[in-house]
Order: sequence, then C-alpha cells, then structure tokens
Amino acid sequence: MFLAGFRGARVVLGVARRRDRRDALQQGDPMAFELTPERRAIFDELLPKYPTRQALTIPLLHLCQEQHGYVDASVIEYVAKTLGVTTAEVQGVVTFYTLFLQEKPGRNVVWVCRTLSCELMGAREITECFEKKLGIHPGETTKDGEFTLLNAECLAACGQGPMIQLNDTYYENLTPDQLDGIIEQAKKRRDDRVKASFSPVGLRTHRDA
Amino acid sequence: MPVEQTRYLTGNYGTPDSWTLAAYEKNGGYQSLRKALEMGPEWILEQMKAANLRGRGGAGFPAGLKWSFLKPNPEKPNYIAVNADEGEPGTFKDRTLMEKDPHRCVEGFIISAYALNVHTVYVYVRGELVLSIKRLMRAVEEARAKGYLGDAIMGKAFPLDIVVHAGAGAYICGEETSLLNSLEGLRGEPRLKPPFPAVVGAFGAPTIVNNLETLATVPTVVSLGGEEFSKLSRLHHIKDGGVRLYGVSGPVKRPGVFEAPVGITLRELIYDLGGGMRDGRTLKAVIPGGSSTPVLRPEDLVHAPDEKHPLHAWHGKSHIDVPMGVDTMRGLGTMLGTCCAIVMDDTTSMVRAAENLMLFYAHESCGQCTPCREGCAWMARLCRKFASGTATRADLDTLYDVANNIMGNTICALGDGAAMPMLGILKLFRGEFEAAIGKKAPHLGGPA
Repeated sequence: MFLAGFRGARVVLGVARRRDRRDALQQGDPMAFELTPERRAIFDELLPKYPTRQALTIPLLHLCQEQHGYVDASVIEYVAKTLGVTTAEVQGVVTFYTLFLQEKPGRNVVWVCRTLSCELMGAREITECFEKKLGIHPGETTKDGEFTLLNAECLAACGQGPMIQLNDTYYENLTPDQLDGIIEQAKKRRDDRVKASFSPVGLRTHRDA
Repeated sequence: MPVEQTRYLTGNYGTPDSWTLAAYEKNGGYQSLRKALEMGPEWILEQMKAANLRGRGGAGFPAGLKWSFLKPNPEKPNYIAVNADEGEPGTFKDRTLMEKDPHRCVEGFIISAYALNVHTVYVYVRGELVLSIKRLMRAVEEARAKGYLGDAIMGKAFPLDIVVHAGAGAYICGEETSLLNSLEGLRGEPRLKPPFPAVVGAFGAPTIVNNLETLATVPTVVSLGGEEFSKLSRLHHIKDGGVRLYGVSGPVKRPGVFEAPVGITLRELIYDLGGGMRDGRTLKAVIPGGSSTPVLRPEDLVHAPDEKHPLHAWHGKSHIDVPMGVDTMRGLGTMLGTCCAIVMDDTTSMVRAAENLMLFYAHESCGQCTPCREGCAWMARLCRKFASGTATRADLDTLYDVANNIMGNTICALGDGAAMPMLGILKLFRGEFEAAIGKKAPHLGGPA
C-alpha cells in the first residue's frame, strides 16, 4: 500500500512537472534553447544528406552541446521539436551515449583512459595524480568550475598509453610530472566562442577543418 | 630473419602533410580510382573476391563474398556504411589511417561505391576521434572540389556523396546493426539477424557495412589486382590474403601500428616489430586481437598430431609461433580479431587484467539482453571481489556459471565477447584466482 501510494505521488509530480515545462515553452520560456544561426546553418547543410530527419538526432545533439555545454531538458525539447520526434526518443538517445553530458561540466573536461593497455602502462597513477592535484574524484567537477575529471573507456590510443583526452586534444605517453603543465595550460585557455570543451560536430569541426 | 614491414597501406604515413590531397596525389593517389573506372564494377568485384581480403574489423568475413550478398531493392537506394567506430580495447589502427592518410580511405570509399552502385556512403566515426573526423571531412571536401565525387566521378556521370557521421561514445555501435540504428538516430541497440544488412540495412535499404581498414585496402587491391594482392600474404594458400595493419601495446619497447603481410606470428609482432619486452621483463600472456579475443600463453604448444588437422604444420610449436590468420587463430581457440595485440609481462596480475576488462564490458553492454546486461556487471563485481581479496571459492564457480550463461544467449556478440576472454583467462590462469582468495591482487602498471 505504502509503495503504491509513493509511486502514485511520483507520477503526479512528474505530470505536474511536464505540464509546467510545456506551459513554459508555449509562453515563450526565457530558458528555451535555440541554436545560433551559424550552428543552425551547419544543421541545414546536413539535413538533405539523410533520408529521415530523425537520423540527425546525434549530430544535432552534438551541435547543441557545443553551444550549451551539456544536454538538459531545454535542449531535448529543442531537438525533439526540430526533428519532429518525441522528447522520449531524444532522451533515450541522450542517456545511451557517453559523450552527451547530462550535467553541467567544468570548463575543461579531462578523460583519463582506464582500459587495459593504458592501465598496464600506468593509467592508474595518472588518475590518482589528477585526483590529488584537482582535489576531485572521477565523475566530479572542481568547485571553481574549471575541471571535470572522468574515466574513459579505450580511446584508441593503446600504443601511446597512458593517455588522456583534455577537451578535444589527446595527450599521449604521459608521465605524472607532465600533468602540472597540462593543467596550467588548460586554465589559461580562453575560448569564449565555444562553450563546450569538446564536440565532433560543430563550429570547430565543420568550419575550421 | 626479422619480419619486414610493408608499405602498401602506410606508404604515405611519413609524408609531410600526408592528409592533404596534394601529398596523396604526389605519391600516386587516386590512380587506382582511375583504373577502377576504366575496368568497371564487375572487374572490381572479381578482384575483391580473388584478393581473399578478410574483413579487418574483427570477424574476418571475406569482404568480396560480403559484397556479393548485396541484394538491390527496386524501391530503395543501396548504401555503404563504413565502420570507423574503433573502440575495441587494444585497437588503434583505423585512427592512424584516418589521421595520416584520409584520402586513401576516401579513394577506397569511392571505388567501393562505384562497384556496388551506391550513391551515398556514410562513414560512422567514433565521436571521440575529433581529429580523424576533421581530416576525413577535409579529404571529402578536397575530393569533391577536384571532381572525384559529387555529380560525377572523374567526369563519369555517377552521383556520389560521402557523409562523415560522428558517433557519441558507445562501444556497441561498432556492431554492424547497432551502428545502423545509431546512424538512424536511435539508441545503439543491435538488431536481430536475419534480415542481414545487405538486404535490410540503413533506413530499410540494402547496406554493406565494412570496416574502415577493409575499404582503405581496396585501392591497393585494384592497383595490384586481386590475385597479386592475395599473394602478399603468407596465408594465401588458405584464402587469407594481402597485407594488413598490426598493432601492439603494453610493456614492449616499440608499441605502435605496423603494416606487414597477413600471417606473421605473434612472436614476430612482439619481438621484431614491437622490439621485445621492455625493462628486462618476460612475456606472460598476450591478447591477440582486441580485448574480446581469448588470451594466449607462450609456453602452450600446439597439439595437432593428425595430418588432416589444419594446424598440423605447427604441431609442437608455441602458440605464439602460429601465423596470425583468421582460421589459424580460430584453431587455437581464440580469434584473430583486429590484429592489435595487448602484451602482458610477468608482473601482471591476470585477476586485475580480468577485472579491468570486465568493467569495460559492464559499462559498454547496451542493456538490451538480460544475460549480457546482468552478466557483464556480475562478472565485473566478481572479478573485483577476487582483486580485492574478498572472494570465496564459491565465487569462482559462480564466475564460470555466469560466463557460460552469457555465451550464445544474446542478440549480438558483445556478450560472447565478454564471456570468451573471461573463460579464456580462467582456463589458463585459474591458479591466480584461487591464490587471490583472501589475498589482494597487485595493481596493474606498477606499485600503487
């Protein structure tokens, strides 16, 4: 009985939340997400290359994440509306793929490869050094919002382990004494044009290539 | 005599700005395309069959035969989906092709599209590989500007577009039907087969899914001719042809990607190309072709006294002295996989290695089939217990049980790909698991 009541309450809350969001969107929510015209132009170029609009789900999410920094409800609404699919379908995609961040990350994202070839060469020590230097564990963001530390599964650089991916750049054959320099350099990065630290579809890949 | 590296696929790697059209054409690039257009689609298909080119993505299926399965549908176009979702632990060969020689890839795509009457090629690249994606996109645009694709190929009326499509970080999308779902904008969950992609693939249309290296090899097949290409291999006689990229990682002196004939041995890969073990260590075990392939030990000998046995020629020799071919490795109870070996030395705890791999599969299982979703995480938890010294003898039986109940009970091969290496490690290194009961296993990569 208790459980049933509990679940009922959650359902009611969920419906209310969804209704709020829908109303907010209809009233021109100030938080509603829109792609910038330059990014929208990339989307418009990609669109005729696929037979369905839904095929653009992943490329469009990458574009949005490059602009917004992560994927939240406003992005999901925007993608669903743009592609003519349900928010549930978009959410299903967002939660499936590792690269879509569902919480706001730090300005710099450090992915330390933890898989076998890298771990054989000392990836564990690299992770521990980052933990010490940044004061956070994998999965966390520093208080000043500068760094998010994450563990990555094999990044296809097995011959150059241990390695990290800092934003969209690979650093290979790492030793612990190199980390201070890498951290300092990342702090100095001033790249206001692009919010997300990393995106395979976006201004940096499609316009700078 | 140490094995010689070949330069058919990697000849352009050392050229300055090797990823540009100018550099590629200076080294004879796009001449194979010219030849292919002269000879026609039928001829290309024949050469592909004669080349004995086995798929480079891991399964080793003959590429020419796969192409012949394409079943055109009068209501739909044909597609090629290039699998560049390189994510198998230990595998890092396709990335070198995309970064250092993207035009070779593009030339391969154009020839293949022409041969298969395909007008749209989707290249599904791992989202993490930003540089690879940039280089491929740039190569496609350069080729388009030069008139090698677009409305016509080198003046021959044949509309063709190549679309570089970024994934978003999911190992499972390297499985061909999962890749197709992902391309369609869905969760990357594998589909039931049949129907096979060659009949119903991307967007419901007939689709050929090939590994990127397989297609990057096509220009070489065309320039040499299928038969000549096949003869470059040491295993030409058992229909495993050509040259391919090998990788070696772990504690060797020269880890990296090398090109050599098909059929070199693991010993040659580790000691000749990889320079041997570093820091005076000795070889304990080697995973021959990406994490899903069961491990081999140098001290195990081939037992094939029967003359009809396919491995009889290597009877009494070490497992690492058997040529690396699709069928020879299968004969050893493992797989050739992607030909990228992970080397482990005498300091490596196999319990920790198993834990590392099982954590990978637990993270990467798509969650569709219960045996894999629950089983991979279960194996990871059990391995973690052994590694931390809190396991009991009953856990060892459970580990076997879980692994055996994944095998063959899932839609795709990811579950098998996790259970096979687990069972392989248990078979060869059961003693280490027994010794780890009540005793913490040493960490990988030195003291910590």
